[in-house]
Amino acid sequence: MTQVTMTVNGKSVSGSVEGRTLLSDFIREGLKLTGTHVGCDTSQCGACVVHVNGQPVKSCTMLAAEAEGADVKTIEGMANADGSLSTIQQAFQDHHGLQCGFCTPGMVMSASALLAENPTPTEAEVRAYLEGNICRCTGYHNIVKAIMAASGQEPAAVAAE
Amino acid sequence: MPKDSGIGASSKRREDVRFLTGTGNYTDDINLNGQAYVHFLRSDVAHGRLNKVDTSVAAEMPGVVRIFTGADFEGVGGLPCGWQVTDKHGNPMQEPAHPVLAQGKVRHVGDPIAAVVAETAAQARNAAEAIELDIEELPAVIDMKEAVKEGATKVHDDLESNLCYDWGFVEENKAAVDEAFEKAAHVTTLELVNQRLVANPMEPRVAVGDYNRATGDSTLYTTSQNPHVIRLLMGAFVLGIPEHKLRVVAPDVGGGFGSKIFHYAEEAFCTFAAKALARPVKWTSSRSEAFISDAHGRDHVTKIELALDADNNFTALRTDTYANMGAYLSTFAPSVPTWLHGTLMAGNYKTPLIYVNVKAVFTNTVAVDAYRGAGRPEATYQLERVIDKAARELGVDPVDLRRQNFITEFPYATPVAVEYDTGDYNATMDRLLEMVDRDGFEARAAESAKSGKLRGFGVNTYIEACGIAPSALVGQLGARAGLYESATVRVNATGGLVVMTGSHSHGQGHETAFPQVVADMIGISEDMVEIVHGDTANTPMGMGTYGSRSLAVGGSAIVRATEKIINKAKKIAAHLMEASEGDIELKDGQFTVAGTDKSVAWGDVTLAAYVPHNYPLEEIEPGLEETAFYDPANFTYPAGAYACEVEVDPDTGKVTICSFAAADDFGNVVNPMIVEGQVHGGLAQGIGQALLEGAVYDENGQLLSASYMDYAMPRADDLPSFQVDHSCATPCTHNPLGVKGCGEAGAIGSPPAVVNAVVDALQRGGHNVTHIDMPLSPGRVWQAMNG
Repeated sequence: MTQVTMTVNGKSVSGSVEGRTLLSDFIREGLKLTGTHVGCDTSQCGACVVHVNGQPVKSCTMLAAEAEGADVKTIEGMANADGSLSTIQQAFQDHHGLQCGFCTPGMVMSASALLAENPTPTEAEVRAYLEGNICRCTGYHNIVKAIMAASGQEPAAVAAE
Repeated sequence: MPKDSGIGASSKRREDVRFLTGTGNYTDDINLNGQAYVHFLRSDVAHGRLNKVDTSVAAEMPGVVRIFTGADFEGVGGLPCGWQVTDKHGNPMQEPAHPVLAQGKVRHVGDPIAAVVAETAAQARNAAEAIELDIEELPAVIDMKEAVKEGATKVHDDLESNLCYDWGFVEENKAAVDEAFEKAAHVTTLELVNQRLVANPMEPRVAVGDYNRATGDSTLYTTSQNPHVIRLLMGAFVLGIPEHKLRVVAPDVGGGFGSKIFHYAEEAFCTFAAKALARPVKWTSSRSEAFISDAHGRDHVTKIELALDADNNFTALRTDTYANMGAYLSTFAPSVPTWLHGTLMAGNYKTPLIYVNVKAVFTNTVAVDAYRGAGRPEATYQLERVIDKAARELGVDPVDLRRQNFITEFPYATPVAVEYDTGDYNATMDRLLEMVDRDGFEARAAESAKSGKLRGFGVNTYIEACGIAPSALVGQLGARAGLYESATVRVNATGGLVVMTGSHSHGQGHETAFPQVVADMIGISEDMVEIVHGDTANTPMGMGTYGSRSLAVGGSAIVRATEKIINKAKKIAAHLMEASEGDIELKDGQFTVAGTDKSVAWGDVTLAAYVPHNYPLEEIEPGLEETAFYDPANFTYPAGAYACEVEVDPDTGKVTICSFAAADDFGNVVNPMIVEGQVHGGLAQGIGQALLEGAVYDENGQLLSASYMDYAMPRADDLPSFQVDHSCATPCTHNPLGVKGCGEAGAIGSPPAVVNAVVDALQRGGHNVTHIDMPLSPGRVWQAMNG
């Protein structure tokens, strides 16, 4: 067992892990932050996306030990300081960008990383960026719409209903 | 003006806040004190005799609590099948045993052989690798037509053959149908495959069993669409636990699409092992495990024939389908290719004579059961494909051929045993054609041609039977369950309500939509109504959520219970205002006496019910809580028209969806935002089937598409934004809300539109292609063009 220390959602945390312990398992089981979900075992679905040092990472694809000293942010750290929904979270609710909610944490983390990198993406860029996040409920229509809205762009083009 | 609350308003979903902040409570988020973990050792061969399962070395591995094998379950019941189909000779289907852990034989890759319970999940997994197996591999039967040949290897040695049933519907009509074909001016024939799919809700299945030594009560936390059904099936048929000693909880569930209806071996195992070990036992499926243990969907091979007279009227329809059951009968498997498929073969058309034959077949593959649409997509696909083919053969417009044969008068009794209560198929077709600018197609096709692409337009209609289902009718058809729904409405002293429903929400937004109904009926704010669901301990016996039934059946139960509440509240209000009960009106949360200015508020009446100082105690009891069970009089019949425009790249065969439009008739709509979201999701699954998805077995029974690297789930950049419309509404005539259900429509209606569009594109491009089997991958399309 190895001792790891990292910052998660602004708090310093530590725990002992096996060499094979995945970051997703450390977050879910070690830290009891169950908002990060695991939907596959081949690094395809993206339900487990967190930010590590500001970059989106599939936490099922990184060892907990590799995150030693890192600054990690999970879905639990995404709301505003007063507990209200952040712009992206609020856009997902306003535009019905989630149904069962299981892929949602990863979607929000990826969307946030996208907008940090590209504040006004086109619809095609949003769709391309979400390549690594699978949603089975929404058909992506409203996820794309929510991200466009969160970027301050008129989602009308997407709202072709 | 869109409404801002109540029925018809796009109220934002209250459940979203917890899902968006990581505070949902999914089954895998539940960890109980002292919990052990189970790992299932599963068969890696499709068919074999289990000569030896030696657990002696594994049992000594670190952390192992106990290893269970089939021998531990010899005195335990098998997993039951909930539907018995009667074959065309009047005999019951062949029904094999389905043990919790394999006994004697393994019958598909993924069949559980042993269960290792250990202190940690990793220890359980490690120890499973140390179990020594001696499996004598047997020939596997994978192809359905091979499986029913004389002398084929049998999946179940104790059955007569691999034929589960040979079903004819309506058998008495067969001779008349055959005669109509002999007289037909034109017959169009099509052979097609509705390929095997995997439902793939993003949350893999999880089960946590618990046992209370003090009370002798068992609890199962599970990823289920219907906790009461699991409690009944597992308690009564598998483990022999009476329902009052068994609680089943399905908390937040991350999607189901049918695959979480069924009672699975892992649920029974965790409940059984928790009692045997007197500690909680948890199982979390990996995605790889899900592919080989969740029930799959579809998997039909069909020949369909359509007979037309000289005026292009449909005169008869005949189908011949092989339906894969897999190795065992999953909970509702036998009903899918029969009562959910044969009864829909009339579609939207007044074809007077129909005969449907279905041969259900056992193979050495994962069990097949209901997946979003369940039987109805298979019916719609073959019917709408054969009509399209007929239109091309006859040189008539596919829209005109459909319109000419539409059912236009309601109620309409089909020749396949169902009666459509209402609908307007021309209206949805008109609306669709407005949405897609069909007149502009040629210009768009010319534009595509400039970049070397072939453009095609595909259209189809669909009808589905939802609001499942009238209990007496399904009982006659072989269901071993009733299909009513329940609701208890509890009004608190200060006026707030808790609605306990037997429906289950796993993405559908019941926590938001159901309060819209109740609040509207009383005239109070939606946030005064709370929904409780998913726990057998605090909800009335209900049948759960599938078959687009929650609002049509569960919502109707809520309406009935709320009506009882309002009736009693009016009695109390009449007493408080010293008026006659018949004169009391309820509006905007105020009770008034007709023709006077007297009024009492909702909260005054609810308080009086619980503080009955001035109260008609001689007439009615204190309190304000009512339960209703609603059993529907008929199915509901959502219908619509869908259109797809595609571009095909002739160099690669790649299909790109340019646009997809859906005009649906769902009857009345409670929350348009949620309804549109349901359609989007259904369309994505239907387009996924048409272009991308397919569960593929090799000839040895190995599932080749057993991960997201091999099974092509639709990604965001595979799909367009959709045009959806539900303005053509003919309200259901037999439920109190006039609603029909919207959950499955998109998945049912979309595959034929895509395939019709691709065939159109290829034919316009001069390729003599009349059909390509799904998924229309670049390879298949290219081969069809160049084959």
